Amino acid sequence: MSLEEAPGSLESDVTSMRFEDTELTLGLPGEGRSPAVIAGVKCSAKRGFVETVDLKLGSCSRAPSGGGDTHVNEAGAGKPPPAKAQVIGWPPVRSSRKKAINESCKYVKVAVDGAPYLRKVNLGVYSNYHDLMKDLENLFTCCIIREYQLISLSLICIHLNRKADREESKVMDAVKGMEYVPTYEDKDGDWMLVGDVPWKMFIESCKRIRLMKSSEAAVLAPKASLKCSGTC
Amino acid sequence: MNYFPDEVLEHVFDFISSHKDRNSVSLVCKSWYKIERFSRQRVFIGNCYSISPDRLIARFPGLKSLTLKGKPHFADFNLVPHDWGGFLDPWIRALAKSRIGLEELRLKRMVVSDESLELLSKSFLNFKSLVLVSCEGFTTDGIAAIAANCRFLRELDLQENEVDDHRGHWLSCFPESCTSLVSLNFACLKGEINLGALERLVVRSPNLKSLRLNRAVPLDTLQKILMRAPQVVDLGTGSYVHDPSSEVYNKLKSAFQRCKSIRSLSGFLEVAPRCMSAIYPICTNLTFLNLSYAPGLHGNELTKLIQHCRKLQRLWILDCIGDKGLGVVASTCKELQELRVFPSDPYGAGNAAVTEEGLVLISAGCTKLNSLLYFCQQMTNAALITVAKNCPNFIRFRLCILDPIKPDAVTNQPLDEGFGAIVQSCKGLKRLSLSGLLTDQVFLYIGMYAEQLEMLSIAFAGDSDKGMLYVLNGCKKLRKLEIRDCPFGNAALLEDVGKYETMRSLWMSSCEVTLGGCKTLAEKMPSLSVEIINDTDQMEFSLDDRQKVEKMYLYRTLVGHREDAPEFVWIL
Repeated sequence: MSLEEAPGSLESDVTSMRFEDTELTLGLPGEGRSPAVIAGVKCSAKRGFVETVDLKLGSCSRAPSGGGDTHVNEAGAGKPPPAKAQVIGWPPVRSSRKKAINESCKYVKVAVDGAPYLRKVNLGVYSNYHDLMKDLENLFTCCIIREYQLISLSLICIHLNRKADREESKVMDAVKGMEYVPTYEDKDGDWMLVGDVPWKMFIESCKRIRLMKSSEAAVLAPKASLKCSGTC
Repeated sequence: MNYFPDEVLEHVFDFISSHKDRNSVSLVCKSWYKIERFSRQRVFIGNCYSISPDRLIARFPGLKSLTLKGKPHFADFNLVPHDWGGFLDPWIRALAKSRIGLEELRLKRMVVSDESLELLSKSFLNFKSLVLVSCEGFTTDGIAAIAANCRFLRELDLQENEVDDHRGHWLSCFPESCTSLVSLNFACLKGEINLGALERLVVRSPNLKSLRLNRAVPLDTLQKILMRAPQVVDLGTGSYVHDPSSEVYNKLKSAFQRCKSIRSLSGFLEVAPRCMSAIYPICTNLTFLNLSYAPGLHGNELTKLIQHCRKLQRLWILDCIGDKGLGVVASTCKELQELRVFPSDPYGAGNAAVTEEGLVLISAGCTKLNSLLYFCQQMTNAALITVAKNCPNFIRFRLCILDPIKPDAVTNQPLDEGFGAIVQSCKGLKRLSLSGLLTDQVFLYIGMYAEQLEMLSIAFAGDSDKGMLYVLNGCKKLRKLEIRDCPFGNAALLEDVGKYETMRSLWMSSCEVTLGGCKTLAEKMPSLSVEIINDTDQMEFSLDDRQKVEKMYLYRTLVGHREDAPEFVWIL
């Protein structure tokens, strides 16, 4: 019974999780009580926690018990496993609260071509493109990229207004001559030019951001305008 | 025996408002019972299945305000299937048919349909107040009916409900003639609303004291509303995101400066940290601050904000405040009575940012603390002992260590001694939730010392039946006991069956009780309803008495088994 067996099943939805798997997760000596498995959400994060816990508590021995621990084992061994793993409801937080916190947290990864590492920003704290770009600029100034005039990014965004329709040419003009072009991956997996859609729509569809070197962006731009005219 | 005419007694009873006292009064003698029942206006029913609508109406013809609770508490954490029960409909139908002049309805964890809401809105001319907490089953159409038909509506308070949002128009359903609103809370609604209708409603509601907006209300609307309603006492912001250098933001700042009455602040469902400085002027008078939905706020902005809140009595916050941040709370908020620290990563996968250190700092600085809900990464016995010494006034103490069987982080011992210190020191403790590694010993302490305890929540704790028995035998005032994943079985369940008649309810899930044990209990106690909830797809839900019961919920009732139980609920 090793932890390695559990994660794969954690990844898929709850109905495919077997009861025995939940026994493994906390990794307490002999009796793995797993309270914290919740149907089908954030599984990759769950795995990290589970592994950590296993490492931490491996040496802790639970007081010898008559019932509790063995209850989990017996139930798993004796009966056919229930179709759904019923180990839910921990931590005891109302689902409305969980959902609400989830919705206000819109952390996305930001990559800049040539930077040694990525950053993460919470899109929820910005009200417009301008503020976002300014912060991105600050985030990456520690890298050599500074020489490449990241400030120009905010210039693009001065042209961007979340209410008005954007004419492609304005955006394209602004993009011309920039070293870096802000792009983002949307829900459909397509790479889009930042700034085409209203801010609110952008937050909802943006999955990650990439500041692309403009030599590559030139290839993207015609596609982006096609995409835009398709969906706008 | 009465030495006074009935009118005098009635007048005296008018001064008795608490439900407990009223109940006691009604037990004195027949004539007191009679006088009390005719003069009673407010009734609280903690379990909607303990009594029937007809009996309620028959006993209290003067009923004006009804509070009803439906599903058991663990339904909040997805342990109870949605269609388990708790339907409002039969109550509304019965009340509508009667001559009861209902004015106020407060519901918690009930299933409420649009039809019920519509019937409610049309049946009671003087209906004034609707409060729905953690309810489900309705849409904004039902809310629209309330808005449209309740001509003297004062309060519409929707807290944490699951509402199907049909967008927008319900706000416009308040007629122009409706000027009586005192309290409006729609923070839990997810959809867009008609901002113009909202502004007009605020303008024609001069008595509006409490307003909690939802995420769809932008900052510029908030600013406009505050300008028109500076008398507001309790404010919940909507989306609190804006460019801090904008004109709108400047206007908001001056609007806040005019709102001298705000004592309670919540919302911040979306928040731009740089916009928080607008709030500093109202911080000085705040008594309640709820930032528990604002994960975007942490570090310096948060502590800077809190340093302005010297009069705070209740604080709801996320654990990203950290132990250091709690230290700032401890040194600033000397009037603090209630603290709730929620996990910012509620799926429990990450690490909570607070530990026992934060709690100890709070206890040292905030000696008036009497109510705690604390989600943390770890705890120690030493910390709990210190907290018990510093704060002997706890009425509610709920500790949730994210890893539910984690021992003392320093000594690796169970946390029995720590919780033991809490129950021994806090003589007025009414509500307790345990977590961490716990043996039967903690229950021995609870049985011995927790004399005022009314509600106890236990998860993943104890070693044997003795644990549960200590509690059942010791806690004389126990009303609600909820247990999950503990090794308590039939011996504990059946030792003193009469005890459950003195309690509202008992919940046991993933414990050791068997079907046979539950059947025995049901047989011996016809005044209890013993429900087995079988919502797994276990086809082999056989009649084998030795089978362990996954979920059992039992409660005392005066009206026998309910008739609206779904298929997966078996009432023994």
